[in-house]
Amino acid sequence: MTGSILDTFFEECEELLEAMDAGLAAIEEGDQDPETVNAVFRAVHSIKGGAGAFGLDDLVAFAHNFETVFDDVRSNKLELDEKLIQLLFRASDHLSDLVTCARDGGEADQAHHDVLIAALGEYIDGEEEELVFEPMGVGATFDPTPLAEVQEARYDIRFHPLKEMFDTGNEPYFLFQALSDLGALSVRLDDSELPGFEAMEDGESYLSWELTLVTSESRSAIEAVFEFVEGLCELSISSEGEEEDDADALAALNAAFGLAPAEEENALALPLEPPTPETDETPAPAPAPVEAEAAADMEPDAEPEKAAEKTAEAKKETAKSSGPKPTLRVELDRVDRLINAVGELIINHSMLAQQIANLDVTDTRDVETELEGFKNLARDIQEGVMAIRAQPVKPLFQRMARIVREASAATGKTAKLITIGETTEVDKTVIERLADPLTHILRNAVDHGIEKPDVRAAAGKGKVGEIRLTAAHRSGSVCIEVKDDGAGLNRKKIRQIAIDKGLIPENAELNDGEIDNLLFLPGFSTATEISNLSGRGVGMDVVKNAVGALGGRVNISSTPGEGSVFSIILPLTLAVMDGMVVSVAGHTMVVPITAIVETMRGNDDMINNLGADGTLLSIRGSFVPICDVASSLGLRSSSHSEPAGVYLLVETENGDRCALAVDDIHDQRQVVIKSLDGVCGNVPGVSAATILGDGKIAMILDPESIVTASSSAAVFDTERRMNNAIAS
Amino acid sequence: MQLQAEAKHVEHSEFVSFTVAGQAFCLQITQIREIRRWQPVTVLPHAPADVLGVMNLRGAVIPIYDLSARFGLEQTAASERNVVIVVSVNDKPVGLLAEAVSEIISIDPDDIQETPQVDSRNTMDFIQGIISQNDEMVRIINLNAVISSREQVTQ
Repeated sequence: MTGSILDTFFEECEELLEAMDAGLAAIEEGDQDPETVNAVFRAVHSIKGGAGAFGLDDLVAFAHNFETVFDDVRSNKLELDEKLIQLLFRASDHLSDLVTCARDGGEADQAHHDVLIAALGEYIDGEEEELVFEPMGVGATFDPTPLAEVQEARYDIRFHPLKEMFDTGNEPYFLFQALSDLGALSVRLDDSELPGFEAMEDGESYLSWELTLVTSESRSAIEAVFEFVEGLCELSISSEGEEEDDADALAALNAAFGLAPAEEENALALPLEPPTPETDETPAPAPAPVEAEAAADMEPDAEPEKAAEKTAEAKKETAKSSGPKPTLRVELDRVDRLINAVGELIINHSMLAQQIANLDVTDTRDVETELEGFKNLARDIQEGVMAIRAQPVKPLFQRMARIVREASAATGKTAKLITIGETTEVDKTVIERLADPLTHILRNAVDHGIEKPDVRAAAGKGKVGEIRLTAAHRSGSVCIEVKDDGAGLNRKKIRQIAIDKGLIPENAELNDGEIDNLLFLPGFSTATEISNLSGRGVGMDVVKNAVGALGGRVNISSTPGEGSVFSIILPLTLAVMDGMVVSVAGHTMVVPITAIVETMRGNDDMINNLGADGTLLSIRGSFVPICDVASSLGLRSSSHSEPAGVYLLVETENGDRCALAVDDIHDQRQVVIKSLDGVCGNVPGVSAATILGDGKIAMILDPESIVTASSSAAVFDTERRMNNAIAS
Repeated sequence: MQLQAEAKHVEHSEFVSFTVAGQAFCLQITQIREIRRWQPVTVLPHAPADVLGVMNLRGAVIPIYDLSARFGLEQTAASERNVVIVVSVNDKPVGLLAEAVSEIISIDPDDIQETPQVDSRNTMDFIQGIISQNDEMVRIINLNAVISSREQVTQ
């Protein structure tokens, strides 16, 4: 049992650590908002609280030091300078290490631990204040129900419906009726705003009510009554003889949320400030309305009360819209089972469609309409299920910030990571399996890409190297890019190393792109001296394999003196994709729609020979090389004359175009991807398989590798060598 | 002790015999998951001669090997009369094309003879023993050798 609670704690820790990192990053960017500082403080405090409850002493002790320093920052006793921020970052990294150690067992780096404690200690002044530390039950943290009052209380409610409320068909009478169920209710109509008959506007709302309710129910019960008209009315609920209780409740809440009592003033003042976007990140959604109303209660004056009321409303709304949405933790297995079932459903659909097409019935229109509906539903379900697995890349990117920090510290370079597109959602598996390749690329970028500060200065660049980590959706795939502004790839050196290591013959003619791709050959490492960072004997081939296993690919482009770009292109989903069903030399195959730019039926006029065996297709005045899929897959001898069949114009990742010659196009449909991993190893030109409506298996082609395989024999050899190396 | 062990063995040694390129082979019945009639498979590009392709087995994609080509005999011209024996190797289903299934034979383990030394190294690896059945030689296939050496080549 403890195990499962502990698991929950570590899961929450991960979220809290993320929140902490996000907060620190915002502070580093110059965010002055006290709420950001509070958010970080709360995260650290919550970790400490949880760790205390589980007796994780190391974690508690370190978190306490960390928190103490942060508390001084919060109370403006400490100035946040560059040095302190860097220390806080290191402390946050270490805290995350400690959490990992506590979870997986193992020891954190004790020396590092001591150094950080000492460094933090420098900032802690002698009279260390005793922080209120309350081990809290994990999970119960966000539950305000224990505040429910048992004794009767009198609530004064002022209710002014806006005209929108009447537009939505709400009726005050029913609200009052619901209120009277809670206790003794008296209603007074306030018609003071009612203009003269002539001035009255149609549909405008002029009436207000003042209600007095004596009830033993809690305030939240009253709020629940107005739940459906929230935002459609001006509402204030105040109670008499309750202030004290409220204050207590507030204190309890604050304690629960890790706010020290000293914080209370702050918290009360909060609602009067305009809500800032940063509050989005705070894990404190629930108390906001309560605090806000407490503030309203304490305003004796009528006018400010109205103002407070409005902020209360606004605050309530922000809390509602921006607070963490309620979530459900589900075992990944269950989702995966669902995904498999949906895959079968889609296959089943195409089988049905096939059966109906085979039926000897003349009028199948009705059935086909229904079948179309079935297809759409299946697609909806599939998208819904995939959305469950989709997660923003933000946590991954935040972890990368740490990699860059550590890498820069280890190499004596200064580099800063700029992340763009953090909200891009990617399949959970992809995120997990991207961590290693990204780490590798980023370490390489710092180690090999970014120059030392003095070299940078000499080259007229800023001292701080910039690495941009971008995630974006691009037509059905996810593109993750690491761009550094370093020296760029040293192609001469790369070529020489490849020759030295016997990866390419000495007289090999390689263009820039091919040289860049040598980096991905197994056992290739450019570090002349083995640095403890990236030159660990694992080369970029690890990156290529990891990304390849996810059905994606890696590209490099580099400009000497300006930097390099590594882009990882991944399919959006791992289970289903849209494909074009084609036939190639009698075999049915599927080409991913995303790769196809255009399809066309060719005739002899459009085909031009180039040299002995090169053929080009002329498309509106431009010439594109033709690649016969059948011969490239070895299904037909290449001496076979080009059939005047159908051409699929595809664009490779580096922008080259190529016309894939196939015999015919049959259909365009969703196909379920069945991995060939473990079935038959790596098949050149084929990325996976799928099951068609007739139960037959069709290969899903990988246009990229077909094009590269046919366009250049040299590259093909390289590819093949790589594949062989991967295989062994 | 010995008696017990013997009794146990005698009870459990059932083999399914089948023909591949005119020769008789067999597999222990517990190794076989199912036997299916041959249906055209999906060809894998650039595949070696003994990999016929992949087949859909109730939603799973399984590879089909031509046992005949695997043993270095001539390639089977697969037809409707042939069968695919689905076996499970390391929990992964794999299909093996054979000419025809003959019968289920029950063998006393003591009757299994060691493979006599022959020149062909390949054959030696794939055959783990021979049985004499109705004056005919039946070869017991070493499934792991057949599949794992295959995997080494393709992966």
